[in-house]
Amino acid sequence: MSYLEHNVTSVPTGLRKVLYLNWPVVVLLCAVASIGFLMLYSVAGGSLTPWAEPQMKRFAAGMVAMLIVAMVPIWFWRNVSAVAYGVSLLLLVLVELIGVTGMGAQRWIDLGFFVMQPSELAKITLVMGLAAYYDWLDIKKTSHPLWVLFPLVIILVPTALVLKQPDLGTALLLVMGGGIMMFIAGVHWLYFGAVIATGVGTIYAVIASRGTEWQLLKDYQFRRIDTFLDPSNDPLGAGYHITQSKIALGSGGWTGRGFMQGTQSRLNFLPEKQTDFIFTTLAEEFGFIGGISLLTLYALIIFFCVVSAMRNKDRYGASVTLGIAATFFLYFAVNMSMVMGLAPVVGVPLPMVSWGGSAMLVLLAGFGLVQSAHVHRPRAKK
Amino acid sequence: MRRLPKDTAESARQITRRALFLGASQLAFMGVLAARMRYMQVDQADEFRMLADENRINMRLLPPARGLIYDRTGILIAGNEQNYRIVIVREDAGDVDEVLERLTRLVVLEPEDLERARKELKRLSPFVPVTIADRLSWQDVAEVAVNAPALPGVSPEVGLSRFYPLDKDFAHIVGYVGPVSDYDLGKLTDPEPILQIPKFQIGKIGVEGKMESALRGRAGTRRIEVNSVGRVMRELDRIEGISGENIQLTLDAGLQNFAQARLVGESAAAVVMDVRNGDLLAMASAPSFDPNLFVRGISVADYAELTDNIYRPLANKTVQGVYPPGSTFKMVVGLAAMEAGVIGTSESVYCPGFKKLGNRRFHCWKRGGHGHVSMNAALQQSCDVYFYEVAERAGIENISEMGRKLGMGIQHDLPMSAVAEGTMPTMDWKLSRYGENWMVGDTLNSGIGQGFVLASPLQLAVMSARIASGLSVVPRLVKTVNGVEAESPPPVPLDVRPASLRAVQDGMIAVSNSNRGTAYRSRIAAEDMRMAGKTGTSQVRNITAAERARGVTSNADLPWERRDHALFVSFAPVDAPRIACSVIVEHGGGGSTAAAPIARDIVLRALYGDVPPLTAYPADQRGGVEATLQNLVLRDFTQPGNGKIRA
Repeated sequence: MSYLEHNVTSVPTGLRKVLYLNWPVVVLLCAVASIGFLMLYSVAGGSLTPWAEPQMKRFAAGMVAMLIVAMVPIWFWRNVSAVAYGVSLLLLVLVELIGVTGMGAQRWIDLGFFVMQPSELAKITLVMGLAAYYDWLDIKKTSHPLWVLFPLVIILVPTALVLKQPDLGTALLLVMGGGIMMFIAGVHWLYFGAVIATGVGTIYAVIASRGTEWQLLKDYQFRRIDTFLDPSNDPLGAGYHITQSKIALGSGGWTGRGFMQGTQSRLNFLPEKQTDFIFTTLAEEFGFIGGISLLTLYALIIFFCVVSAMRNKDRYGASVTLGIAATFFLYFAVNMSMVMGLAPVVGVPLPMVSWGGSAMLVLLAGFGLVQSAHVHRPRAKK
Repeated sequence: MRRLPKDTAESARQITRRALFLGASQLAFMGVLAARMRYMQVDQADEFRMLADENRINMRLLPPARGLIYDRTGILIAGNEQNYRIVIVREDAGDVDEVLERLTRLVVLEPEDLERARKELKRLSPFVPVTIADRLSWQDVAEVAVNAPALPGVSPEVGLSRFYPLDKDFAHIVGYVGPVSDYDLGKLTDPEPILQIPKFQIGKIGVEGKMESALRGRAGTRRIEVNSVGRVMRELDRIEGISGENIQLTLDAGLQNFAQARLVGESAAAVVMDVRNGDLLAMASAPSFDPNLFVRGISVADYAELTDNIYRPLANKTVQGVYPPGSTFKMVVGLAAMEAGVIGTSESVYCPGFKKLGNRRFHCWKRGGHGHVSMNAALQQSCDVYFYEVAERAGIENISEMGRKLGMGIQHDLPMSAVAEGTMPTMDWKLSRYGENWMVGDTLNSGIGQGFVLASPLQLAVMSARIASGLSVVPRLVKTVNGVEAESPPPVPLDVRPASLRAVQDGMIAVSNSNRGTAYRSRIAAEDMRMAGKTGTSQVRNITAAERARGVTSNADLPWERRDHALFVSFAPVDAPRIACSVIVEHGGGGSTAAAPIARDIVLRALYGDVPPLTAYPADQRGGVEATLQNLVLRDFTQPGNGKIRA
């Protein structure tokens, strides 16, 4: 019995819960999703099909899922966290065995009525698993090496399975998301300092090794790095996507070229314009104003989540809220960095905007957890 | 597990700290993203906008319509005809094989065209139109258009291609166009982009080649928007090209046609020129060829037939062919001698049938000799000894100078390929060319237009025109460019004393009109059209002593390529000369028999402006002439569709 359960009486019940939802987040999610519909309509050349309309339906389904998750008390979710994590691991193994291959990777499971991507689910269940772990763990043991090793295993098992698909982008998000969860839980700064120092040292060593006899990467791998650093080296090859993406983004200017007037997307110069590169279409058609507006909406979502977490005395609820917000942040931060040429091209969609069912449904379910934590947060007795 | 409230409070404080730090970090990173966005979209916007435009905007060139070429009366010589072709677009066709199958039942298609089209359809993007057949008849195109519903993706297209309605008549003068070759591009330092248009045709030889820059025109441009795979989305703007300039030649299509027809069967050339202003009226070279074959891409077999023909149909003999002028050169020698003051206009020279130089004899064509001959008689009977004598007296330098004065040994500036300079030899020339000293024997040979002396039919016509008019007329081929008269300075008088000129003119009149003249048989009977002329028979070989001993001196006994060239130069009418004409029949035998009759027909055709009346001919020859004229295959310019398009 936790502290929270002693205070259940002050938690709203029944349909009254709806009033206690974190409404700003709901409204902001709808706003972001609407921008997504608009962009999907635009990249389809002014058509609801093939993308905008299905996306709306999925969003509606996702909102329903979010509300259902939100209605269920957060302690229920905490109690099933380990099971959810286990199920997602099982699905990741299943995908290896019976998965559907698409775009060079085995990522999908065909459930008959719905093709799902277990790696998306894993992002949320990892957050749940780690939050439950730290809720269970004695707070004094958080930074003990042994108890630090265990969450590392929790993170690395699904990461390894995702990497095998291969899906570098999701693997990266899992590692970073997991790392953030550990940070939130209060793992000592030194661990993070050590990891960052090791990372920087490794990168330095790899670059320094180039051309020497103890070279750490193959030549072609170095060339990929070169292409990332300067896509103009290889404008028609590997650098093509990023070059075209930057052109689209940059040509938007202050106010953009106008709705459905973006030449780069309309004339198909943009790759994957309905999925990973949809932000460039927005930036091309609505310019800096459009881009910064979306970024502001995202920032507000993060802001309301962080505020909600800080006001939540429940350890699980606060961790999950921050974890979901961080996952959400990682999505758009990596995606935007990628299309702006700040990060290598790894397949990460723009959350709530890019075409794609799994990511949206899973994220909305994740926000359901955020809402549940918000609704069921412990309140002072009256 | 039960947790103490203290734990929870501590936990909450710790999470709040970490949440704040995390939130701040996230905000900071978003700041970086915003800054990057600002840098790209505001600071670098122009650069990226330009790159985006480069991506999407393509320039396409619009080939200009090539300038037309007309004759002096406005008859079209070179035009642009509409050229129908059928193209197929794969993505619109659906089942390509089925559509092609249906098409073959409608239109006769070459198997190789079909094969090539299939290959291109496989290779190129689905939206690129592939030409299935080119140069189709209107009937075929109509057939395709009517059956359009059954032929998805197939459409007829129309383009312009060069067409020479008078085919063989002007092949050598106007030349032909052909696709730009690597060789053509190699010659240019800065080739115009227009030349890169696939199948764009440029002038290769003749007027088409030499006046390419005027005829080509300026390409228009079309700015189009393309998508990432090159599909044309829309046209942004279009600047039409400027058509090439139309060129009107000085030639007369009717006369040219007549001359060309009159030369059929021979390897020959004829040049007709207006003696008053230098306008070239006809420049016939036989045999000829159809330039349209070259435009369409001549087959190997057809080309081999042209190159293997010993009559050299591809050569433009009027300006490219140089021949020893033979006796037609005697006017030059006579004028040179009179001008040098080494012989009087009526002073005579004794001809015993040969001239002795050291122990070598230079024979006159007339074995027994002509006895005492003056200039007039020497020209009239073409006495060789007289000209050996005056040539020796005048010297080669005077002779060559007179030759150049009369338009020989110089390259005339005409827009035709390989205009020959000919040879007016001098002592220095021989020394530098052969490293040998000039011999008096060389002068004697030059005196009768043999040896080193070489001239083209054009130069012989210019010579005749200058003798007839006493003016330094310059040959002219282009009459107007885009309706503007080509500038030609009025001819200056020849720097020759009138008395000398008169003596030579009288000699030429006597050749054709005195009954002892070498061309008396080919005289013109019509009093007001009488012609002056000079025959020439130039040797292309030396008769060996052995041959002479065997008595083989007759041309008929020799193989064709060793027979003499027959030449005739003339002007008419004698009282007020209007036209000059030169004719050369390669290996035709004697000038008086092979060349003079042809020259007479052409001269009469030029003077009458139509097929000459039989009354112009001596009464006893009219039967033969009538047969000759009736056998000519002439073009009927009054019929529509025969290129009678007035400018």
